[in-house]
Amino acid sequence: MSLSASIRQGGLALMQRIESLFDAFFGAAANPWRHLGALGFYFLWIALATGIYLFIVLDTGIEEIHTSIEYYTHEQWWLGGIVRSLHRYAADGLVLVMLLHILREFLYGRFYGFRWYSWITGVPTVWLVYASGIGGYWLVWDQLGLFSAVASAEWFDWLPIFSTPATRNFLPGLLTDRFFSLLVFLHIGIPLSLLLALWVHIQRVSQSDVFPARALSIGTLAMLIVLALVKPTVSHGKADLSMASATLHIDWYYLFIHPLMYATSPAGLWAIAGLLTLLLLALPLLPHPKQAPVAVVNPPNCNGCRRCFVDCPYGAVAMLPHPDKPGHELARVIPDLCASCGICAGACPSSTPFRSVESLVTGIDMPQQPIGALREEMERKIAALSGPVKIAVFGCECAAQASRLENADTAVLNLMCTGLLPPSFVEYALRGGADGVLVTGCREGSCAYRFGTQWTEERLAGRREPHLRPTVPSERLRLAWADGHEMSHLKAALDDFRKHLQTLSADEKRPRAYTPRRIAQHG
Amino acid sequence: MVSKSPTNPLVLAGQALFYGLFAVIIGYFSTSPDFTHIEPGRSLIKLSFSTQGEPVGECRERTPEELAKLAPNMRTARICPRERSPIKVNIALNGEPLFEGVAQPSGLSKDGASTIYKRFEVPAGEHLISVKMNDNVRIPDFNHVREEKMTLKPAQILVIDLRKDRGGIFFE
Ligand code: HEM
Ligand code: SF4
Ligand code: SF4
Repeated sequence: MSLSASIRQGGLALMQRIESLFDAFFGAAANPWRHLGALGFYFLWIALATGIYLFIVLDTGIEEIHTSIEYYTHEQWWLGGIVRSLHRYAADGLVLVMLLHILREFLYGRFYGFRWYSWITGVPTVWLVYASGIGGYWLVWDQLGLFSAVASAEWFDWLPIFSTPATRNFLPGLLTDRFFSLLVFLHIGIPLSLLLALWVHIQRVSQSDVFPARALSIGTLAMLIVLALVKPTVSHGKADLSMASATLHIDWYYLFIHPLMYATSPAGLWAIAGLLTLLLLALPLLPHPKQAPVAVVNPPNCNGCRRCFVDCPYGAVAMLPHPDKPGHELARVIPDLCASCGICAGACPSSTPFRSVESLVTGIDMPQQPIGALREEMERKIAALSGPVKIAVFGCECAAQASRLENADTAVLNLMCTGLLPPSFVEYALRGGADGVLVTGCREGSCAYRFGTQWTEERLAGRREPHLRPTVPSERLRLAWADGHEMSHLKAALDDFRKHLQTLSADEKRPRAYTPRRIAQHG
Repeated sequence: MVSKSPTNPLVLAGQALFYGLFAVIIGYFSTSPDFTHIEPGRSLIKLSFSTQGEPVGECRERTPEELAKLAPNMRTARICPRERSPIKVNIALNGEPLFEGVAQPSGLSKDGASTIYKRFEVPAGEHLISVKMNDNVRIPDFNHVREEKMTLKPAQILVIDLRKDRGGIFFE
């Protein structure tokens, strides 16, 4: 492993530790680390909503703007002041969660293959976030706004784009109300284009997570309101073109670029910003493992039920009119969008191992782990088990290595993603000789393919199709989610499950045994 | 494993701790640490102009022969060179040189404005500021000169501009 890959692995293990710690307090559904993109959207919505109010009460002349902001900050602190602080802190929160979101996606290695689209379309949003926020500081037109406007103008004047240098707009006597209206216009237009860019960004993930769970959104809003009350946002003194402010209380989330420019040079800052952008854009182009084969539809085994279409995390399944059966539909995989996760195979009703066909072919299958081969592997491994308590484990390649649990009394079937598991396989394993079935995989929210864990949990609990039949006794099924670094947690879960199974007598809560007809017939 | 019930005090405390930390991180870097833009006791001199230099040559009358060669609608009697002079700048502070430079005219045919922007940090206090500029290649010496004793307050910005509509070198 190269140095950078091992740093990334180490970072990922640390990130996953933090995430599982937070799971204990928030639950996966409201764990902020697992929903950084949704939090980003949430902060943006708050900033947009509060921005509308601020725009309405703002007097946008150069002379009036500072006074009108001072008015609602101090006289009307209980409304305008709080709204202003919420606007500011939501904007800061957006930068914070955006940076963490980039870090997290990077650590999880989500920047190449079919994900190039999400990654590349993320990059312009960084520029738009900064352009939105920095422009906001200019509007306040206090000493900080002036400082930022002049520093930004000095930065842009390095590029040969303006015939009259932008810096000249900020010399005494040259600033006009018209120029100021342009700034207001930009501070509305750029955030709206950010929203558009984000809409593009999430196009390739289906059912995208753009709004945090209730608990998380209420908690975050409450946090912002408390912050607004404890530390209300205030302006610096009114902008004075003939005086610089020696000391500024700058917002480092946005304005760090100015100190960075004065510590280097305008050209230096362009080099830093340009190189970082290029680096982000180049990441997907570096050599990466080749993507596994994509899902394949087998038309004779597809009845057009749409389950794969609904469950695919990347919108890679389309339902098209059946060419031969009028009024029916047929699934079709869009290879460019397919993540090769296998979640669709787990969704297909044709994946049931109880079908008596000699070679099981399902409606939508993964060439690298076909359902038919999985049934054979399961039959073979369970038949070979010995010992008082036989357990079949369904694991996931991305999660804690279930294969290390393999033993004389434990059969392990390693899936590409736990989401590939058709629930009927659990029943089949129990009726075919296993005393218990343990299903493991990444924790919810760690799943490389977004929904593998969640869909499996819902299918096995009967809340999602295809569901596990209610006749299957829950005493003999155990779910134990464990990320890559949580092997010991997985081992402990298996031991605990085994002890529990030992307390059940052989026939207690056991589904009727089942010998496949094709096996019975062929001996 | 702790129960995730929202009424479990441990869960509540953990969540409160996280939100508190979140707020502190957002709130702190929103205004801190302070950034010292200009060291105490210093002021700023900005040299900034964007203006055209004088044409590089005299205008002259065309001879009748030259006029005859031109298309009838192009027959203006006076011709002036389009190219502008670069603007030379020389600034001294209390007799010590502070800056010397040339702003070239913009445009492919060098007929556009000459532009410059420089900032200098100087100690606050009284200074003798002398600025000399030349915007005409046909004059060998500096044709715009201004010298003034000025007291700069700490953090004050003095702008040196060249505004020919306001009589040349301009301090503000
Ligand atoms: C304001 C900034 C951003 C916001 C609000 C945002 C939001 C989101 C959201 C809501 C998702 C969908 C998550 C899901 O449903 O599972 C997402 C996915 C993603 N984002 Fe962002 N994003 C932002 C910036 C970026 C940037 C700058 C990058 C990287 C350069 C990036 C990389 C990704 C990637 C790779 C995914 C796909 C994850 C997957 O396939 O599982 N994002 N983002
Ligand atoms: S393999 Fe995954 S991404 Fe591809 S079609 Fe199936 S569910 Fe969708
Ligand atoms: S889940 Fe299977 S049967 Fe249903 S539409 Fe998809 S491929 Fe066809």
